[in-house]
Amino acid sequence: MFMRYLPHTQEDIRNMLAVAGCSSLDDLFKTIPDAVKVKDGMDLPEPLSEWELNEHMENLASQNIACKGYTCLIGAGSYDHYIPAIIPYLVSRSEFATAYTPYQPEVSQGTLQGIYEFQTMVTDLLGMDIATASHYDCGTALAECALIALRKNRKADKIAVSDLVHPSHRQVIDTYLKPAGYEMVRVPHTKDGLTDIAALEAMDGIAGVAVQSPNFFGHIEDLAGFKKMADDKKCLFITSFTEALAWGLLKKPGSFGADLVAGEGQSLGITKSFGGPGLGLLAGTSKLMRDLPGRLVGRTKDANGQDGYVLTLSTREQHIRREKASSNICSNNGLNAMTAAMYLSTIGKIGIREIAQLNHDKAVYLKSVLTDAGFEPVFDPPFFNEFVMKAPKDFKQKRTDLINRHCLFAGLDLAPYYPELTDHYLFCATEKVSKQQMDQLAKEVA
Amino acid sequence: MMTTQRPGTKGLIFNEPNVWDKSREGRCAVSLPKPDVARAPLDASLTGDAPDLPQLSELDVVRHYTRLSQWNFGVDSGMYPLGSCTMKYNPKTNEIQAARQGFAGAHPLAGDDCSQGALRLMYDLEQYLAEITGFDAVSLQPAAGAHGELAGMLIIHAYHAKQGRQRSKILIPDTAHGTNPASATLCGYKSVNLKSGPKGILEPEAVAAIMDEDTAGIMITNPNTLGLFEEHIKEICEIVHAKGGLVYGDGANMNAIMGVVKPGKVGIDVLHLNLHKTFSTPHGGGGPGSGPVAVTRELMPFLPVPRVEKDLDTFKFVADCPDSIGRLHTFYGHFGVMVKAYAYILTMGAQGLLDVSRLAVLNANYIKESLKHTLNLPYDRPCMHECVFNDANQQSHHITTMDMAKRLLDYGFHPPTVYFPLVVDGSFMVEPTETESKEDIDQFIDAVKAIAKEAETDPEKLTRAPVLPKVTRLDEVAAARKPCLRG
Repeated sequence: MFMRYLPHTQEDIRNMLAVAGCSSLDDLFKTIPDAVKVKDGMDLPEPLSEWELNEHMENLASQNIACKGYTCLIGAGSYDHYIPAIIPYLVSRSEFATAYTPYQPEVSQGTLQGIYEFQTMVTDLLGMDIATASHYDCGTALAECALIALRKNRKADKIAVSDLVHPSHRQVIDTYLKPAGYEMVRVPHTKDGLTDIAALEAMDGIAGVAVQSPNFFGHIEDLAGFKKMADDKKCLFITSFTEALAWGLLKKPGSFGADLVAGEGQSLGITKSFGGPGLGLLAGTSKLMRDLPGRLVGRTKDANGQDGYVLTLSTREQHIRREKASSNICSNNGLNAMTAAMYLSTIGKIGIREIAQLNHDKAVYLKSVLTDAGFEPVFDPPFFNEFVMKAPKDFKQKRTDLINRHCLFAGLDLAPYYPELTDHYLFCATEKVSKQQMDQLAKEVA
Repeated sequence: MMTTQRPGTKGLIFNEPNVWDKSREGRCAVSLPKPDVARAPLDASLTGDAPDLPQLSELDVVRHYTRLSQWNFGVDSGMYPLGSCTMKYNPKTNEIQAARQGFAGAHPLAGDDCSQGALRLMYDLEQYLAEITGFDAVSLQPAAGAHGELAGMLIIHAYHAKQGRQRSKILIPDTAHGTNPASATLCGYKSVNLKSGPKGILEPEAVAAIMDEDTAGIMITNPNTLGLFEEHIKEICEIVHAKGGLVYGDGANMNAIMGVVKPGKVGIDVLHLNLHKTFSTPHGGGGPGSGPVAVTRELMPFLPVPRVEKDLDTFKFVADCPDSIGRLHTFYGHFGVMVKAYAYILTMGAQGLLDVSRLAVLNANYIKESLKHTLNLPYDRPCMHECVFNDANQQSHHITTMDMAKRLLDYGFHPPTVYFPLVVDGSFMVEPTETESKEDIDQFIDAVKAIAKEAETDPEKLTRAPVLPKVTRLDEVAAARKPCLRG
């Protein structure tokens, strides 16, 4: 056998088998009863050389319409932001990429300090006391927040969730809650495209209220109002977001007194990658420290009095508490958390403000040129970088033509998510889209 | 002699403060595009102060993370025999494949027509994993091993609900991963502990004695966390099935048995895999991983949605599955990780994957035989891909597993998994994987022997270890008592 990842020579195998007391490689498996052994091998494609693999993979990759320079005016939880060259360069340092979870802190200080800094920067971004070392994505982080609320409020068995929380996130919450006998109650939205706070008022027996802002339509919700409502109902206020760069400009969730925040951090230097891996952000108040799921890094000293970092508060976690753990999470999205920390260090206080403002400026411009082109701006509330428009009747075909001719994705059709919104599209503009591209789009669809 | 030299030695270690300590007002490391549209200020009542992020130059950032990386130990640095974690070499070509613009740049909501490459890759990867494990269908949606486990338990829960009567308990052997009971709890199942027998494996009689019609099933890791093959797997599956229960397989240890055993053919009903273990994708210092779940035909209707389906030669997502457990991830799981595992399977082929398992098992047995007179081996039987020692021989010198693990760092090795599995006191769990060469393994064996000698002659070398890394043993008690979780 010759395979570049397998170092054993025939001589090595002979010598090692002799030490192991086995006559052949098959003999190594002698404790496995014949009745359970594979008889017919595995039917897999013939192995490819690296050359063949490159060709095969490029061929597959090119079957996605995601070529260089394509224009992506879709957000909805996955955003097309510019990634500075140093981010992939630094994150591919194999000391980060090929390490396991930092169980041996003495030789994992790079990961640990990096994640400690990530936790700190996320708390600054959101105005919260504590951020965890990451989660899979916003949907799963939000589901975990719902479970925390239900554990903190054992008399209640319901979570009120806004209809303008990302539709997939609502489905994930439902998956997590159902088997334990909990219920997700929908809070409808008003004709202005905001969560209907009045509808919430009548709801009883709820352990938490979850509202996304900017919401799925891109609108900025009145988080202060929901916090007050949650307090009146003596339940936890959970807020979520899919566009992390919004916090370069908007008032932070922590400033409204959010108890728990779940977010998607993909915008922070992480590729869209067909929806994953992204980055689940989960932050809470100090009061909830021991209820948070997943890993936390803390600062401490070593035996010589030097500063260092360790995984801490592990008594909350599955490997210690087993069936009583606050979650079953083990691996999280650590390398993407590191990526986000690198990105936030790179853009800094000045950059995040400017990038956030550029996103908003471009979105306002796109909305205005689409309005001029005959689209109807159906909702009025302030937005960050996403907004909804009602399209002219012939838009569907034009949208397909734009993809085929210009690799331009003009908005997301909302009808599959909100059946009442036929011909409504959710648009997103980021710092990457140019005035020229937006003008061209307006011309083509007018 | 090459083999007597330890890989670990002295080196220049840089100090590096927290990133915000390097911050100076007015620096910025990002190139900003020129504004080409008018400023559109948001109403001041909606905006807040910019987050107080560090202000650095580009070199500041590069040097910060380069120095941090140098304090880390990865598979690329040296042997990483962390039991149960399968820290094999992560092929670099896989990273190149996943970074292709057509994959990395693909938007998840571009639509099926515009995502045929991604859908085809997912569909084919599902088929390959089904073939390797002997199941009828696979979903790639779970984002990590524990998430795959949750998917599996939700499927078992949904199956019993569909049968018309929910059950309340689940059997979990004492050799299980900690995630097993935690996942079962999320489904409302009470964990019932099942003791393994004197040979370190489950005995059918023990299962038969507690399996009843209020028990949803059993969670089995095979090979188990002692590195032993559960020889009675078929019989145990039959006992559980006879009472209407299902068998969940934790496939974290699949690296031992590719091409040797297909779990789907021996009675397991649902199994999760860790692409970041068996299928060579990097662990990233704590993820992102990927934990596909594989099921028999009977359980297919319960798989998470959306499913990838093939229609002639085109592929599409299908979400209309009334019995599905629902959605587990915002989109389709960790696609970027799937690309790497797919590239690995295409590179290895069937014979290559069989060789992987054979050599992983060869390496583990070679270590077991080479060290069993140095360290105590509680279960002296042929092992699979890992072997579990403990510190019984060193206790008379007041040396623990932890001391030996820390001393290994000074020799330039990542320590094995310690104090797990719980079924052995002071576990020292070694999983070399197939990608370590005989020379590297011999160095490791020599290091362990030298450390065992030091334990007798100079135990302080162990209790004070490690001395070479940037920091020595850290005060974890203080860290938990007065948590400092942000700067």
